[in-house]
Amino acid sequence: MSRALLEVQDLRLTFGGVTACDGVSFAVGEGDIVSVIGPNGAGKTSAFNCITGFYRPTGGSIRFAGEDITGLRPSAIAAKGVSRTFQNLRLFGELTVLDNVRAGMHLRMRQNALDAILHTPRFRRSEREATQEANRWLDFVGLRGDRAAEARNLPYGEQRRVEIARALARGPKLLLLDEPAAGLNHNEKTEMLDLLRRIGELGIALVLIEHDMGLVMKVSRRIVVLNFGREIADGTPEQVRNDPAVLEAYLGRDDEPTEEGVR
Amino acid sequence: MRATAGDTSQDGRPRRRLPGNRSLAGLGILVAVLAPFVDASDYALSVMTSALLFVMLAAGLNIVVGYCGLLDLGYAAFFAIGAYTSGILATRLHWPLLATVPVVIAAAVLAGIVIGGPTLRLRSDYLAIVTLGFGEIIRITATNLSITGGPSGIYGIPGLDVFGVDLSGPVGFYYACVAIVALAVLAAARLGRSRIGRAWRFVREDEDAAEAMGIHTYKVKLAAYIAGAIWGGLAGILFGAQLTAISPQSFTFLQSALILMAVVLGGMGSTPGIVVGAVFVSVLPELLRGAADYRFFLFGVLLIVVMIFRPQGVWPSRAAERLTGRGRSGTSEEPEGALQ
Repeated sequence: MSRALLEVQDLRLTFGGVTACDGVSFAVGEGDIVSVIGPNGAGKTSAFNCITGFYRPTGGSIRFAGEDITGLRPSAIAAKGVSRTFQNLRLFGELTVLDNVRAGMHLRMRQNALDAILHTPRFRRSEREATQEANRWLDFVGLRGDRAAEARNLPYGEQRRVEIARALARGPKLLLLDEPAAGLNHNEKTEMLDLLRRIGELGIALVLIEHDMGLVMKVSRRIVVLNFGREIADGTPEQVRNDPAVLEAYLGRDDEPTEEGVR
Repeated sequence: MRATAGDTSQDGRPRRRLPGNRSLAGLGILVAVLAPFVDASDYALSVMTSALLFVMLAAGLNIVVGYCGLLDLGYAAFFAIGAYTSGILATRLHWPLLATVPVVIAAAVLAGIVIGGPTLRLRSDYLAIVTLGFGEIIRITATNLSITGGPSGIYGIPGLDVFGVDLSGPVGFYYACVAIVALAVLAAARLGRSRIGRAWRFVREDEDAAEAMGIHTYKVKLAAYIAGAIWGGLAGILFGAQLTAISPQSFTFLQSALILMAVVLGGMGSTPGIVVGAVFVSVLPELLRGAADYRFFLFGVLLIVVMIFRPQGVWPSRAAERLTGRGRSGTSEEPEGALQ
């Protein structure tokens, strides 16, 4: 692992009496690919929401590129180069696919209201460049559907790609993907694996929450395992696979009801 | 610039062409220019001028409600602020109306910040209540201050005079309004198709996702509010010039509700929609004048019927983009086709 890009230290988050994160610590290096796994309700998405500013942690600190970002608003964190997707797709459904991807470029577009009203050359240039870039990202994620149509009309798998394209268009150093393969069929999962690897090749650090162990084992360099808001293991796929604590968390002991296990 | 991957699928299906925004705009202006040739009585001109002002108000409120998705029930307040600011400057300090424009814009921006600043953190239903209250506060303040002329308001507002050209007559003023309102509608539509306009829609569609893309949703909402306030304020100047007198009764909740109705009825976020909606809402009560006391009743029934059978508005906005030429979509003049 190279220099730490993201350092989560002793992250705590409670909602009233419920503890979602109970002292989670992990680090992600530049260009690293880390999976966060754990049973449902282990605090994975809560940790994501803390890192990206959607929840304000009750305790602990989050540092990104050496800077403390704990408790900043989501847009400020996104502006620093942390991008994300959501567990349940959060596309701008009534807007076109291209517009969805242009959202990622909002901070980089050089035009103001007056440029827009007068259609100045600067406005035309910035719109043109945004469209080109949006198209490039859609090509990168391999979108097959209609880019000029409303995003909600695309099939589910395609919408996932659009969401990733939008997150990439933000120009992140760190990309957090919340269950990128959920609801995808076998072929789509294979393509997703390839896409994740290509994102890694761009030098973007990836953190993913994922339940598909096949995918997790293939793509991750490191795996962090959470259970009941705590990390119970952190290591290479090999180490984690054989960790007794992980097996117990997933398969349960005799006195616990066995969940659907590795979903 | 585009790689080939997307091209075939993109152009594989025949795309229904959108009616060009330019031809629609041209048609609208043509109708407005020719209308006085049908009936140029003072009454007809005053109805048509009012309709134009209503179009401008709807264009402004459309930024707030249609683009950004913020429910505003007190929009007439900005209209009032514009009308009173320019009215006071014109009658007390004898400024020409044109000179009041920068002051009105400043006042509208300030009002937008004062009302938007604390309230835009609220979720929509609360926002609606607060804006409703704000609308009433402005009206009641105008009723009680002496500088605003109290309940009787301000009279003797001069007509429009643009660099020595007298446009205070009904015909001259009507055509001045056609030009100004056309520009205002064009400017609002262009804003809607720009970086900030997209950000407004991102906020409307999903605030969290917008934040995750680095969009400061609070600032973006405030910008929508301020833009709406400017459009409303400028329409207020024209309103004072048209009637030469303004009073608090012109800025009631009913007025705010009617402007909102024009936007909702026409189709939120749709430029042709809100123009049609505004003309409809402002002209229809006049056309129903024959029905005397029943006209507002008929008006209400009609609105309910439209909302039942066409809840998205008579001319809803539909997101689509025109990709010009095969494989060179990246070089097209993008904003042209986006979201009409």
